[in-house]
Amino acid sequence: MTPDLIVFFGLAAVAIASAVLMIASSNAIYSALYLVVNLTASAVFYLLLAAPFIALVQVTVYAGAIMVLFLFVIMLLGADRVELKPGLPMQAPIAVGLGFALIVILGYGLMSGVGTGAEGPILPVDFGGPRQVGEVLFQSYLLPFEVTSVLLLVAMVGAIVLTRDEPKAQP
Amino acid sequence: MNIPTMHVIGLSAVLFTLGVLGVLVRRNAIVVFMSVELMLNAANLAFIAFAREGPNLGGQVFVFFVIAVAAAEVAVGLALIVAIFRTKRSIDIDLVSQLRG
Repeated sequence: MTPDLIVFFGLAAVAIASAVLMIASSNAIYSALYLVVNLTASAVFYLLLAAPFIALVQVTVYAGAIMVLFLFVIMLLGADRVELKPGLPMQAPIAVGLGFALIVILGYGLMSGVGTGAEGPILPVDFGGPRQVGEVLFQSYLLPFEVTSVLLLVAMVGAIVLTRDEPKAQP
Repeated sequence: MNIPTMHVIGLSAVLFTLGVLGVLVRRNAIVVFMSVELMLNAANLAFIAFAREGPNLGGQVFVFFVIAVAAAEVAVGLALIVAIFRTKRSIDIDLVSQLRG
C-alpha cells in the first residue's frame, strides 16, 4: 500500500464518519460543525486530485461563507434543540433499506462501467492551478460565468424579499 | 498523487448515499438542507475525479459553478426556512405540507 492510498483511506474514513455523525446528531449545531469537517476533508481530496484552486474555493465559500450562514440561521431561530414530534413509524428502517439499495445499484453501475486503471493519469504541469482554471473559465465559459453573477444577484434579492417583515396593513 | 479514480468515485457514491439517508431520515428542515449540501459535495468530488481522469479542466470549472449555485441555493433556502419558522413557529419539515402561508 502506497503512502498516497494510506492518506486517501484515512481521509475517506474522516469524511464518512463526519457525514454519519452529521446525520445522527440531534443538535443542529453539531450537525453543522460535522459538515464543516466533511467539507474540509473534501477540500483536501481536491488538493490530492490536482485541483488546488477549487480546493481553496471550497474552503473559502463552502466551509467558510455557506456554513457561517447555516450557523447564523440555526442560532437565529434557536433551532438547535427543537423537539420534533415523532414521524412516520418505520421511517428510519425504510430509509436505511432504500439507501442500501441505492448504494448497491451505484456499486453495480460503477463495476459494470468502463473501469479505469489502478494508476492515476499523467497530468500536465500546473494542472488545476489558478492560471489554468482562470483561462478556461474566462474563455470557454465566459457566458455561464456572467449568468452565474445574475443568478447570485437574483438569490440575494430573493432572500431579502422572503425574510422581510410584512408591511403593516393600512387601517 | 497516485490515487485510482475508481476509489474516489466509490467514496463519492457513499457520501451521496449518506446525504440521501439524511434527507429521508431527518425532519429538522435545516439538517435536511445540510444533507442536500452533502449530496452536492459528493457530486463535486466525482467531477474533480473525472476532470483529472480526462484530463480536462472543464470538470473543475463546473465544480466552480456548482459551488456558486449552491451559495445562491443556500441563501434562498435559508430565507424560506426563516419565513416558514415565522408562520409555523417550528422547522419540522412534516408541517410544511401545504403552500398556503
